[in-house]
Amino acid sequence: MILPGPDNPLFWILGIPLAAALLLAVLPWWRVAAWLNVAASGATFAAALPLFRARPEATQLFFIDDFNIYLVALTAFVGMTTAVFSAAYIARESAAARLGDGHLRFYHSMYQAFLFTMLLALVANNTGVMWVAVEAATLTTVLMVSLYRTREAIEAAWKYFILCSVGIGLALFGTTLVYLAAQPVMGGGADAMAWTLLVERAGAFQPDLLNLAFVFVLVGYGTKVGLAPLHAWLPDAHAEGPTPISAVLSGLLLNVALYALLRFKMIISANPNTLEPGPMMIVMGLSSLLLAGFMLYRRGDIKRLFAYSSIEHMGVITFAFGMGGALANFAGLMHMTMHSLTKSAIFFAVGVISQNAGTKNIADIRGLTASHPVLGWAFVVAVLAIAGLPPMGVFMSEFLVVASTFARQPLLAVPLVVGLLLAFGALLSRLQGMAFGEPRSSVVPHGTPSALSTILVHVPLWAHLALVVVAGLYLPEPLTRWFQTVARLLG
Amino acid sequence: MGQISYEVAHLLGATMLMAGFGLLYQRRLYAVLNTFAFQALALAAAAAWQAHVQHAPHLYVTAGIALVFKGMLVPFALHWLVERLGIHRSVDTALSIGWTMIVGVVLVALSILLVLPVTANAAALTRESLAVAMSVVLLGMLMMITRRNAVTQVVGFMALENGLLLAAVSAKGMPLVVEISVAFSVLIAMTLFGIFFFRIRERFDTLDLQYLETYRGDRQ
Repeated sequence: MILPGPDNPLFWILGIPLAAALLLAVLPWWRVAAWLNVAASGATFAAALPLFRARPEATQLFFIDDFNIYLVALTAFVGMTTAVFSAAYIARESAAARLGDGHLRFYHSMYQAFLFTMLLALVANNTGVMWVAVEAATLTTVLMVSLYRTREAIEAAWKYFILCSVGIGLALFGTTLVYLAAQPVMGGGADAMAWTLLVERAGAFQPDLLNLAFVFVLVGYGTKVGLAPLHAWLPDAHAEGPTPISAVLSGLLLNVALYALLRFKMIISANPNTLEPGPMMIVMGLSSLLLAGFMLYRRGDIKRLFAYSSIEHMGVITFAFGMGGALANFAGLMHMTMHSLTKSAIFFAVGVISQNAGTKNIADIRGLTASHPVLGWAFVVAVLAIAGLPPMGVFMSEFLVVASTFARQPLLAVPLVVGLLLAFGALLSRLQGMAFGEPRSSVVPHGTPSALSTILVHVPLWAHLALVVVAGLYLPEPLTRWFQTVARLLG
Repeated sequence: MGQISYEVAHLLGATMLMAGFGLLYQRRLYAVLNTFAFQALALAAAAAWQAHVQHAPHLYVTAGIALVFKGMLVPFALHWLVERLGIHRSVDTALSIGWTMIVGVVLVALSILLVLPVTANAAALTRESLAVAMSVVLLGMLMMITRRNAVTQVVGFMALENGLLLAAVSAKGMPLVVEISVAFSVLIAMTLFGIFFFRIRERFDTLDLQYLETYRGDRQ
């Protein structure tokens, strides 16, 4: 196994966050650490861009293909914008004495370690390496969710740890089974775990073993995607951790887990004699969508509200990939991207809103457009976008999912539309109370924002929103063509 | 040689399975820890035997990790934690022991019925080990569900992981087994550290379904 050298972009994409994680672990000044965090995430994004010009050759350990290249870029981009938001968020939390210096050092180091593990999972050409990376990502996020050390935070972290450990345990069993299926055909060793080779030879694998493996992988990685009924960790982990972590959990980690699931789906689909993986994914996707649609109505906590909205959207995406075919896959890929950008933008806004209000309780947040017009309207736009109102990108992708379902399975489109409308209604009714009306007079905010931190919040927030709106109105030709290529790849 | 290697692997796997049932049967926390240590030692022996049979020296590392870390360090650390934090010495069950054992037997039957037909083409050594490994995994999950104390849940997770490692070492020539066992060890070490650091004495209510609705940030 050969590690990539400095002439390979992957060396920098993986090396920068890893080195930054180690450096930040020993750096005592959190103000410097926050900026170093931004710089390292920016450098990682810059290192990911050359991938579009020339791709490194696939090795036994790492590879870049049409599918993961865009997730690498998306992960590096959202990682960078969230680091910018995090600098503002952390400064205020520290000023309000909600987080100590030791906690902040730990936080920044873990943030980079988390980026490293996600990028490693995305570029790994080996089922085992990917599994180790997803496991490490779980560990780093568990540690970050428990950062506030409150009873609720520790409970949330414990629940997250127990459920996701079992999940990734089952995913490992599935991974072992896929290896066992491959081993008689390809011989032992690393070849029988390489994605690139597995997909080529999957036709000759024993189909029963692949079926059993896919059930374990679906339940295992599905837990991390937050699919019902395995979603119980997700709202707690999003609600109790620091808000930048909620943004990357929703925007990135769920995508990475789904990516792992889709890679296995590609292997299963490449074998003509296996069960169709689609129906299982459709059932889990629809049940997540409907469950989250109903659950959204009873939420009293603003971060929990949007955590359930993440379950809803992951359900839609899983449904789309379960349907399969060029159009549904295209819609699924686009929805993954749009959800990532929109949901992290929402969490940027929610972070500041709950700091301003000094609470996460929806009932205590009133009249945002009057008290903080710029932030309030950004929040309105972001929530309308995630609810699926035109002309934003999420509407486009949801429309495509619904249209392709109507064309092929009209009956399935009914629960899909019901779920989408339920979520739409819930989000809009909550938004109305928070955005309009009389602002509360007696508010105790967490710290006061400096001019700089206000800018640091608004730049990434509006950047994400701009991308979402533009994508809804106009997708550039190369991007469309390339989404189509990947959609064909996914089968 | 072929017959002996098969018999010994089978014996060691069956020992792990028996220990898995033993874990479900114990009513006292210290007995749970001792049974877990026994299971980890059986895993170490199974991994070492596979290393010998498959001529795969890297599996001796996995065996060493199982022996030293899970067979010795973790049980000692948990003993110390139970004493230090004053955790209840009796096991808190959500389902009576009798019923747990019956469900356990059903799960073992299920995994044998599932695994044996689908692995008809694989070597006998792999088939049997895989069925046993899946049983151990399911028994570990059952323990996590039916035992509510934080320490017993962690032991359940480690038992589940023993089963996963048994499957991984039995899969002939599987790479990265050592890396996987190291990754698990880090996860477990962090958990034990977490239990100590946060003084998690008792169960967490939110893991218990009947409390789900009463205790959440959502109440207004």
